[in-house]
Amino acid sequence: MRSIVLKNLKGRPVRTAVLVMIAAFLSFAVFGGTLVTASLGRGIDSLEERLGADVMAVPKEATQKKRFEDIILQGSTGYFYMDIAKLDEISQLEGVGQISAQLYLASTSSSCCSIPVQIIGFDPETDFTVTPWIKRSCGNELGQRDIVVGNDLNAFVGDKLSFYGVECRVAAKLDKTGTSYDTTVFTNTATIKELIRSSLERGMNDFSDIDPDRVVSCLLIDAADGYTPEEIMNDINLHVKRVKAYQSKSMITGIASSLSGVSGMIRTLIGAVWLLGIVIMLLAFTMSVNERKKEFAVLRITGASRKMLSGLVMKEALAVGAAGGVAGCLLGMLVLIPFGDLIEQKLSLPYLFPGWGYVLVCFACTLAVSVISGVASSAVSSLRMSRIDTGIIMRGDS
Amino acid sequence: MNVTAENVTKEYIRPGRGTNRFAAVNGVSLTLEGGSLCAVMGRSGSGKTTLLNILSGLLSPTSGKVFLDGRDIYSLDDKTLSRLRCESFGVVPQGQSAVRTLTVEENILLPFMLYKEKGGREYALELMKRLGIAELASVKPSELSGGELRRMSIARAVIRRPGVIFADEPTGDLDDENTALVFDFLKQLAGEGSAVMVVSHENDALKYADRVMKMSAGNFEIMKGA
Repeated sequence: MRSIVLKNLKGRPVRTAVLVMIAAFLSFAVFGGTLVTASLGRGIDSLEERLGADVMAVPKEATQKKRFEDIILQGSTGYFYMDIAKLDEISQLEGVGQISAQLYLASTSSSCCSIPVQIIGFDPETDFTVTPWIKRSCGNELGQRDIVVGNDLNAFVGDKLSFYGVECRVAAKLDKTGTSYDTTVFTNTATIKELIRSSLERGMNDFSDIDPDRVVSCLLIDAADGYTPEEIMNDINLHVKRVKAYQSKSMITGIASSLSGVSGMIRTLIGAVWLLGIVIMLLAFTMSVNERKKEFAVLRITGASRKMLSGLVMKEALAVGAAGGVAGCLLGMLVLIPFGDLIEQKLSLPYLFPGWGYVLVCFACTLAVSVISGVASSAVSSLRMSRIDTGIIMRGDS
Repeated sequence: MNVTAENVTKEYIRPGRGTNRFAAVNGVSLTLEGGSLCAVMGRSGSGKTTLLNILSGLLSPTSGKVFLDGRDIYSLDDKTLSRLRCESFGVVPQGQSAVRTLTVEENILLPFMLYKEKGGREYALELMKRLGIAELASVKPSELSGGELRRMSIARAVIRRPGVIFADEPTGDLDDENTALVFDFLKQLAGEGSAVMVVSHENDALKYADRVMKMSAGNFEIMKGA
């Protein structure tokens, strides 16, 4: 019976190809849509993890035109500074647990800099957000003029990159995060202060009258036990002048709602494609079985039971579903893996491709969906075939 | 092998007619015996094909019974009856009957392929030679003429050396030469011990038949033979 199934499929190449393509399209939509949704989910998880702190405080002017949010969430470049005294002032507030300062600088596309990127300097003594995941890529502490580059930057360990004439060594390259940190350069406070000084000396800094030793860009704060991030944020916004505090979670709320919208749209699209695929396959199988009624009658005459006839239709559908499923998933991988960065850019959302384990599970589930859809759409035809009146069908020819 | 029909009736319901119930076969009793060729004659619509379908296990009667060597075939479940049809009955249906994705040889071996059984290839080659289609073994049915298709269909019907052979208008669209070839072959099979029933409305069948029966409006009478 299996050889009859295969010969039937091979003997009608156009019909088989069309059915396989429909199943492949269906599988591509299910597989691709699921992976994109999962990548977006992982992206936002990764962003939440990278933000690390409960509360982030920046100079008030950094909040104009969403500069700070754009740097953190969208991968824009920029910098702003406030007096280092704000660090002491905020650390004195009730409920503030850990606190660490970061300094920002953006390189330019002019000849003094190798690449235009966002540079973030952190204090290894107090940092509790960046250091843990930098340590995963770089075992040793960063020395003077050592930098760690984001995964999307075209630089590798041992490369030399120049910023405002200061040559820095790439000490490590971070794993992919799916966030703006993939295009960011990290270094310690001492190095970034040297870079800021150099930019000031060259007259290439937007701020001409700052002392790198007396300023910070962003304060990262964790709430002490018994205090909520909201309380800390409100306290800072009420009592610390010219500083704006954000709750990290609320910063990603906008992204989360965009992500929820995109994910919902993808799910709707998957549902629509799946429904359309099922209807088309149902019609295709019905037409195909109608066209082959006489062949089924011949099989019945030669000794095929009703179960064998319906099994024949089902097995053809199963083979079509399996072939289409594999083709759709492979196509999905071919599109999603190499073009992940482009998808991230187009969606403007954190996007982190899931691990291979998840991809394999997704592959297997999509294959199952494709096979079940194929078999389900052939079920009506299969049932009709098992009830054919052989005599009437054969007589129709004479 | 003997096939016996006992008071077999097949009624259909025709919607929209005055009398909406009519009998295509009306209380027919007969026996097909091994070693003889029985011709069933009659005009179109007289119930010949319906009777053949009932006797060959393809259409259950409204009433009456059909026995194969004393076994009531319609008391069997579909799986058992299908297997019995494959092994004991050979049916040459009306018109062209081929699975177009299979070659001529594969079409002939279909009763073996259905049950994943090997064998029958040598006999298939012999049958193709006897029926004059040996050189067409690897050809697809779409390339065959009507006569060649009919001979292929006959070879498929007899490939498992069934005890009973049913042929429905086997020479319907054939020329004189092919008609003689087919009837000669069916007569040979009867001579080899099979019970052969040929449904035809052509008088050629009379020359070859050991028994001739005539059907008219579902009723049945013996014209030649006991």
